[in-house]
Amino acid sequence: MTAAALATEAEAVVSAPHGRRASPIAYLVAAVCIAVIAIMGAPMALSFLASIKTPADASAAPPRYLPQALSFGNYDKVIHYEAGLATYLANSAFVAFLTIAACIVLAAPAGYGLARFAIRGKEIAFLVLLAPIMIPYQAILTPLYLDFAKVGLVNSHVGLAIVHTILQLPFSIYLMRNSFEAIPREIEEAAMIDGCSAWRRLLHVFLPLAVPAIVTVALFAFINSWNEFLAALIFMSREASFTVPILLVSVRIGRHGAVDWGALQASVIISIIPCLAVYLALQRYYISGLISGAVK
Amino acid sequence: MPRARSLERWQGWLFVAPALVFVAVFVLAPLGQLVAMSLTDRSLLGGGKFVGFENYLRIWRDSGFWRALLFTGKYTLVLTPILMGLGFALALLTVDNTPLKRITRTIVFLPVVIGLSSSSLLWFWLLDEQVGLFNKLLVDLHLIREPIVWFVTADLAFWAVVISITWKVVGFGMVLFVSGIQSINPDILEAAVMDGAGYWSRVRLIILPLSRRVLLLTTLVSAIGSILAFDQFYIMTSGGPRGQTFTAVYWIYQNSFVSFRLGYGAALSIVLTLIILIFSTTQIAIAARTAET
Repeated sequence: MTAAALATEAEAVVSAPHGRRASPIAYLVAAVCIAVIAIMGAPMALSFLASIKTPADASAAPPRYLPQALSFGNYDKVIHYEAGLATYLANSAFVAFLTIAACIVLAAPAGYGLARFAIRGKEIAFLVLLAPIMIPYQAILTPLYLDFAKVGLVNSHVGLAIVHTILQLPFSIYLMRNSFEAIPREIEEAAMIDGCSAWRRLLHVFLPLAVPAIVTVALFAFINSWNEFLAALIFMSREASFTVPILLVSVRIGRHGAVDWGALQASVIISIIPCLAVYLALQRYYISGLISGAVK
Repeated sequence: MPRARSLERWQGWLFVAPALVFVAVFVLAPLGQLVAMSLTDRSLLGGGKFVGFENYLRIWRDSGFWRALLFTGKYTLVLTPILMGLGFALALLTVDNTPLKRITRTIVFLPVVIGLSSSSLLWFWLLDEQVGLFNKLLVDLHLIREPIVWFVTADLAFWAVVISITWKVVGFGMVLFVSGIQSINPDILEAAVMDGAGYWSRVRLIILPLSRRVLLLTTLVSAIGSILAFDQFYIMTSGGPRGQTFTAVYWIYQNSFVSFRLGYGAALSIVLTLIILIFSTTQIAIAARTAET
């Protein structure tokens, strides 16, 4: 059954059966939806409005809901904060990029091997690949820190990206494997008859057919790396190597002791915009990835 | 042909090998080091004398750790039902694919994709007693007379975090429940309508029982997340007041990276790993046994 057919059926049956005219209950449900939108949307909307207040207005007590005047003063402060906003955005983007690359490079062949080859002792391979789910990364940060310190991976984008890859790898492999398993045998057999080696089959037959899975892997790797806090807090101790989440905490402490509320909300808005943008652009991939990752 | 097949088996390993090596080097080896470290008195400055199980015995006597563990348990037990209950209610509200309900779902889900540090600082501001709009709103609605000073008592700080996290992740359960409900065979629901079952009896007798698997798995995923809570407490309460809102991970962080007691922190990490192992293996077993293919 197609999703569209499912949707219309659900529309007809799950809720109170719709008559030809909208029932009072339908109005009530719509009102509740609008209330939910208002409540859930308010925090980010208010944060945005605070970020475009003048710095003095943003720190006014008691506060006002709406800006008295439009100002980019708070953003200006964040842009020139310490090493400069550009540095922190570049740090976060580079770590996320490395994480995405590592996830695809490791998970695509692994998913292919698990989906298309009769591997002796597959269970052992599975168990090892599931280890990052069963062992919380919070627990192994100390030994990782000590090892990384020896080889210069502390305060390094590469080091942090390795930790973020650990977090994403099981999910990425799982998605790639499922995606490869769904590709019909006949396509692969045709390529085999043409004399394609296993590597060439992966590169030229499987990967082009698994683009949605790759997009999903990249999307989750980006969002989770961009937002990861604990490892970044521990591993990135030098101001110039901070990622955006650590910048936020640093902005709150500020230079003079008192919290600069306007600059804080400006940096919150800056930190969430990339996440909201990629999510809204790739919503379908995100939701389907979430469902297969959590409950399948 | 047999030769080709054995080559294939070998080749399969070749594709999986990079990922296996990565996990072995960056997860399993550190886990081994963690176990070894937990049997020493290592600190960041040095040390590393073998002390047997002394660190583990010390955990017994560490009232701070037990308080943190108890607090983490309370947080998980309070938050999980709120998230699952509200998530399911929102799923029932928005399960049909009308434009308004789709928009509602999108707005409810937005906070899930932003960072915990962003949401925690956003709520730290909203809840502030001087400049916070949450307090102002409650005062303007005449729900309270004076702004609440949220982070001055452990109880209020606890609820402040619960409110912020509910806003942050309630959409996670909702989205999973919506997909679960939408995958129920419509014929069953239609038959129930024919039999004269009202909306609530369809929810109770059909939708809830058929969503059991999704509910169970989502509950486990959500509970594991709560047990490992750190960011929100580090940012909103700093473990205070008087160390009453330290979570298990936060306590490990304090020992390992603030007090530099690495050996002891390692022993604490092993205990945490064992706790998580129980939840994650349950989750994987349920998922595998009831896999939908």
